[in-house]
Amino acid sequence: MEQDKEFNPKIVAFLCNWCTYTGADLAGVSRLKSSPCVRIIRVMCSGRVDPTFIIKAFKQGADGVFIGGCHIGDCHYSEGNYKTLRRVEFMKTFLEEFGINPKRLRLEWISASEGDKYAATTLEFETEIRELGPLHLVEA
Amino acid sequence: MINVNIDGKEIQIVEETTIVRAAESAGIWVPTLCYSELFEPYGVCRICSVEVIRGKRSRIVTACNYPLRDNGTKILTNSPRIQTIRKMIMELLLSRWPNVQIIKDIAEAVGVKEPRIKCLERDEDPNACILCGNCVNICKDVVKANVLSFENRGIKREISLPFDEKSDECIVCGACAHVCPTGHIKIKTLGYERGALQDWYLGPKTAINIPTLQAVPRVPIINEEACIKMQTGGCGICSTYCEPEAINYDAKDEEVEIEVGQILLTTGYQTIDLKQMPQYGYGRLDNVYSSLEFEHMLNSTGPTGGTILCKDGSVPRAVGIIHCIGSRDENFHKYCSRVCCMYALKFAHLVKDRTPAEVYQFYIDMRAFGKGYEEFYKRLLDEGVNMIRGKVAEISEGYLTNGEKPFLMVKCEDTLIGKFREIPVDMVILCPAIEPQFDASNIKKIFSISQSPDKFFLERHPKLDPVSTMTDGVFIAGCAQGPKDIPDSVAQASAAAARILSLISLGEVAVDPIKAEVADEYCSGCRICNSLCPYTAISFEEEKKVSFINDMLCKGCGTCVSACPSSAITGKGFTDKQILAELEGILSV
Repeated sequence: MEQDKEFNPKIVAFLCNWCTYTGADLAGVSRLKSSPCVRIIRVMCSGRVDPTFIIKAFKQGADGVFIGGCHIGDCHYSEGNYKTLRRVEFMKTFLEEFGINPKRLRLEWISASEGDKYAATTLEFETEIRELGPLHLVEA
Repeated sequence: MINVNIDGKEIQIVEETTIVRAAESAGIWVPTLCYSELFEPYGVCRICSVEVIRGKRSRIVTACNYPLRDNGTKILTNSPRIQTIRKMIMELLLSRWPNVQIIKDIAEAVGVKEPRIKCLERDEDPNACILCGNCVNICKDVVKANVLSFENRGIKREISLPFDEKSDECIVCGACAHVCPTGHIKIKTLGYERGALQDWYLGPKTAINIPTLQAVPRVPIINEEACIKMQTGGCGICSTYCEPEAINYDAKDEEVEIEVGQILLTTGYQTIDLKQMPQYGYGRLDNVYSSLEFEHMLNSTGPTGGTILCKDGSVPRAVGIIHCIGSRDENFHKYCSRVCCMYALKFAHLVKDRTPAEVYQFYIDMRAFGKGYEEFYKRLLDEGVNMIRGKVAEISEGYLTNGEKPFLMVKCEDTLIGKFREIPVDMVILCPAIEPQFDASNIKKIFSISQSPDKFFLERHPKLDPVSTMTDGVFIAGCAQGPKDIPDSVAQASAAAARILSLISLGEVAVDPIKAEVADEYCSGCRICNSLCPYTAISFEEEKKVSFINDMLCKGCGTCVSACPSSAITGKGFTDKQILAELEGILSV
């Protein structure tokens, strides 16, 4: 029954307020097609993304987690994104140990002016998740 | 004052004047080779030899370094004895350097045609070094860099650098090349550095200059890198001429710290480096100017006094003005630089006004966008300016078989008639793209603001908030935000000033409530967060053994919140609870 249904991936995106969130806004204002599967959570800085959030997102049914921050060196808070980079790299090995394909976690640097990049990367991430298929972590 | 007699002319001069200067004031020519007013007389070439007669005694002396002290001294600059000496010297020089112009000139003046001597060291080079020592002397006496010196003796004597290597002591002031009478020393530009002081194409500048006569304040400035005094402690000539003693070489650039509450960034623009587009021949072909250089030429206080002239001093027969150089161009900048169409029309009007030249405008689209601009465009059409809609492919030099002066051939496509055209002109004016300052990304980092994809500073909102940025208290105006003309820049800057003033008059600032907070009872005092904070807002309270966040320094990024192993830190507005609830909410459907 469930297999017959069309697979619509759930992607949780943690976007930093200054760059990627504004970039996503720009993508919208510019009427660019970005992934409709993305569910955005705004944080002030990508450095705010607690590894717990990533785990919780997967646990509650997300098929992919997308983290967007400012470009390295451009962080509104100077160096928050360095911490994110460190954490995401760690989380990828951690996810692999738990049997979750680390490709389901993606970190991108998208500045406030890169609306087109936001649209392109989210679409690309969506197709990647579609190829990987649903992550059956949540009991049906 | 003493009286002397030079070649029968009685003149009055100040004591200690050298014979060369005395002769000069009497209007008598004395040949010189190693002499320059810039440094101490050297007296090695002996060509300035003259005969000094005091009483019954006559002596041969060098005019350049012989000071006149006695009243009634008689000097002969062209006696038969002197003529013989000069001829001999010139014959010797000419036998060694037969093609050097200055030697040929003096030899001709003293009546030497062909030297009788055959020199083994004969050098046919017209730019040969004639060992006059001018370069050594100016480097020693004026520049005080002491880089150049003589080496070896006799026929092997030559000018050289220490150890024959490029010396760090050389400040590349160019003084040696300036005084070299044969052009043996040349100054070469080895690279083109963006942002460095560029010489005006229309002529060089001195190290001390008044940038323009319209400069505010209108005082001369010294370019530290070019000033010899500042480099080596030599020269200092300008201060000897300044009567009020206003020149201060000790003044240095200094960093001053000023505390301010708000900042308006108006860092402006630069024009694109035209040498990136060799097809337009900028810097390679004569009479190809950038619009700013042409503006400089139009200026009544500029190098030509406002007359429009080609490099050879002639009035151009036709002038081509080319729009969109680097702007609206996929290879460089996609945006329109906005001001070029209108100033190009102004140029056309002024060229028509001041010369009988034909004017050709090569444009892509004519964007006469502002108040009164379209009318101006219409007026130009009536004045008979040739409008060619199309992009110029190349500018090359053209020659006529009858030997008339060469011209510039502008190859372009005329899209309105659908044909390729070649138009001969004498002068080309390029309208370079306006681009962000080369160091705009540094400014961006300092003020943590954003740049749009074209690298101009990004405003908070393109329509509703065009003067402020994402960083509170930092405002932008003018071309730093995007290409714009003077009225638009003034309007935007006034708006920014008004915004700043309104905050000042309000007397208080609203601060973002998003801050992090430590719950003392949960903090284990691990101090992980202390080093994470980019604003050093977190300190450790030794007494309570807990971390403490300074509210005023905290910007609320939340990096510490997610790092806290005991979840003692909460980020107001973005607490764990809130985000997790959000997560649950968005994933429930």
